Amino acid sequence: MDALILQILNGLDKGSAYALIALGLTLIFGTLGVVNFAHGALFMIGSFCAVSLSKILNLSYVTLDETQTDFLGNPLKVKTPYVESIFGADLGASIIDWAVPLAILFSIPIMIAIGFIMERGLIKHFYKRPHADQILVTFGLAIVLQEIVKHYFGANPIPTPAPDVFKGSLDFGVLLGFDANAIIYPYWRLVYFGFAAVVISAVFAFLQFTTFGMVVRAGMADRETVGLLGININKRFTIMFGIAAAVAGLAGVMYAPINSPNYHMGMDFLVLSFVVVVVGGMGSLPGAVAAGFLLGILESFASMNEIKALIPGIDQIIIYVVAIIILLVRPRGLMGKAGMMED
Amino acid sequence: MFGLGKHDLKILIIVAILALLAPFILNPFPADSAMAQFNAGYPDLMQRFAIYGIFAIGFNILFGLTGYLSFGHAAFLGVGSYAAVWMFKLLSMNVLPAILLSVIVAGLFALLIGFISLRRSGIYFSILTLAFAQMSFNLAYSVLTPLTNGETGLQVYNDDPQILMGPNSSTVTNLFGLEMRSTYTLHIGSWNFDFAVGYYLCALIMLAMFYLSIRIFRSPFGMMLRAVKSNQTRMNYTGLNARPYTLAAFVISGMYAGLAGGLLASMDPLAGAERMQWTASGEVVLMTILGGAGTLIGPVLGSGFIKYFENIFSKINENVLHEWFSFLPQGLENIMVWMVSPFVGSGWHLTLGMLFMLIVIFLPGGLVQGGQKIMHLFRRDRPEDDKPGAARQSTPAE
Repeated sequence: MDALILQILNGLDKGSAYALIALGLTLIFGTLGVVNFAHGALFMIGSFCAVSLSKILNLSYVTLDETQTDFLGNPLKVKTPYVESIFGADLGASIIDWAVPLAILFSIPIMIAIGFIMERGLIKHFYKRPHADQILVTFGLAIVLQEIVKHYFGANPIPTPAPDVFKGSLDFGVLLGFDANAIIYPYWRLVYFGFAAVVISAVFAFLQFTTFGMVVRAGMADRETVGLLGININKRFTIMFGIAAAVAGLAGVMYAPINSPNYHMGMDFLVLSFVVVVVGGMGSLPGAVAAGFLLGILESFASMNEIKALIPGIDQIIIYVVAIIILLVRPRGLMGKAGMMED
Repeated sequence: MFGLGKHDLKILIIVAILALLAPFILNPFPADSAMAQFNAGYPDLMQRFAIYGIFAIGFNILFGLTGYLSFGHAAFLGVGSYAAVWMFKLLSMNVLPAILLSVIVAGLFALLIGFISLRRSGIYFSILTLAFAQMSFNLAYSVLTPLTNGETGLQVYNDDPQILMGPNSSTVTNLFGLEMRSTYTLHIGSWNFDFAVGYYLCALIMLAMFYLSIRIFRSPFGMMLRAVKSNQTRMNYTGLNARPYTLAAFVISGMYAGLAGGLLASMDPLAGAERMQWTASGEVVLMTILGGAGTLIGPVLGSGFIKYFENIFSKINENVLHEWFSFLPQGLENIMVWMVSPFVGSGWHLTLGMLFMLIVIFLPGGLVQGGQKIMHLFRRDRPEDDKPGAARQSTPAE
């Protein structure tokens, strides 16, 4: 029992990342009808927003401290971050410590701007072109984005720690009445799950309870009619593209402490997220979220030793196997609408 | 001749001349001159031209004719490589059984994957093939390690059985004793021309495969495949089932990929899982699109273009750039070097990505279409539809 709960928990954080990326992909596909292979790159850029913010906050000037000496007897060079000299030592240090959560604020405008530029500058011209062309051009864009990041940040993963408060693990088992140390779960992963839940609910609430969201949903259902009613639906879809980019970016920002950002992390997540979208149902937002969590949890179950002993290698391919079965048996996906992209 | 039309024969002859005289054509600069770094006439690179040419020609039969965009073709290349290296390990270093087995294994693998993937079309087909390729890649790295030797890559060891090896058989890859790496170097003045057995084997196979692809393009079967691309629904209404045709095209292009993989292993008896990664599949898509999907000569052009510039761009570093721009004033020189340097050396992929985007955006027909456009510019009598009046008529009022 405790092993089961542990695997479900383990699946949640990866599942959250899948769900967030797949949600963005589905938003773009559902509104604009574009298959965005560059979405993984947006996730990666989000992660690197966290990296750059922590680098910016750590910008330091060097002073000579006469009271201390290094091993040669010279005065010791002390690095003081500018942030500490502006806000004082304590506040400054905690600002640096909280770089990753602060990067959320930092990344939202950046990601929305990138989304706007992408949509207006490139993807707008591909609405009428075949899906193959959309895949190809966004694939090219993904390569370009990831090479630019590689050029500036290098090819090695950059560790970006979570705030000190969230280091360590929660003994989850004790809360449920199991033995101590039966279920150990890192705090940050709990935070990640909570954060993902908040972002997902915010997106759904935005679509469900605002006039803007209502128009967007109407546009997803029948774009032409909404246009005939005199509503500039393209403008709203562009904004949705920006929001989708921001969702992917936020997923990336918060994922930085879990997995040190490197330039090809986007590609790794992209393939899986596409599979998630297909399993959930192309164009279905709840489907994308549900499939994200489902596949994350399935993946962590498959990596249990007992199951690996039964079917060797299943942990590597479980997601793909599920996707293949779903595509063959129920091509519209778990929650896809009948007739939507069902050829 | 060869059952080809005049135009096709011309293309075949052009490709044959290019392929057979490649050691001369790709070596225009003397060995000791500063331009020697632009030479591409060494066997290793020329082999890759030919092998990736085969890969792209095969991919074009599927994507160019039927429009099914497979994102998992590298899996067949990888499987072909593994099969070939296994033949080296079990039989002998003769390349013939290795190449045959790699084609057969890749064909069977393609039959299996194609049978499942082709039940869907459009973007679903792309994702299915991508999923299969990633699955093979992950399995090759983990559970299938006894077959694939995992991250180390499969290679030939001294204690392998090699049952057909005689006491004086060659220990490098060979074709009945003719070693792949044996090279004859012709010195003319300060030019060195290398003629390698391995390259000519690849080039001859490439020519044969190119001829085969022309025949497929012009056959009734090729017409069927085009019909699948232009309107599958209409094809179904005329009482034709498209799936056997697309499956045949998929298997044929998978066999081409397996052949390319087998040749890669024959030139250098080593196979690694990274050949199956989906970025590798992306590369063959790039080659085909860059040259011109659906055209005969496009894939050959595209693969040559990409492999050539990959090689050249990777060699250029900042020092070379400083040399190039040394005629400029100092400040301007540094600015130019600063602007160009992200695109060369290890930044080749950036250039490739940008080039690819530009091609898809502005020139969906690839280099072949670009060439045709330039030809049109120089032609005096423009075709009817290029006239302004006709253009105005064809645009509907918005």
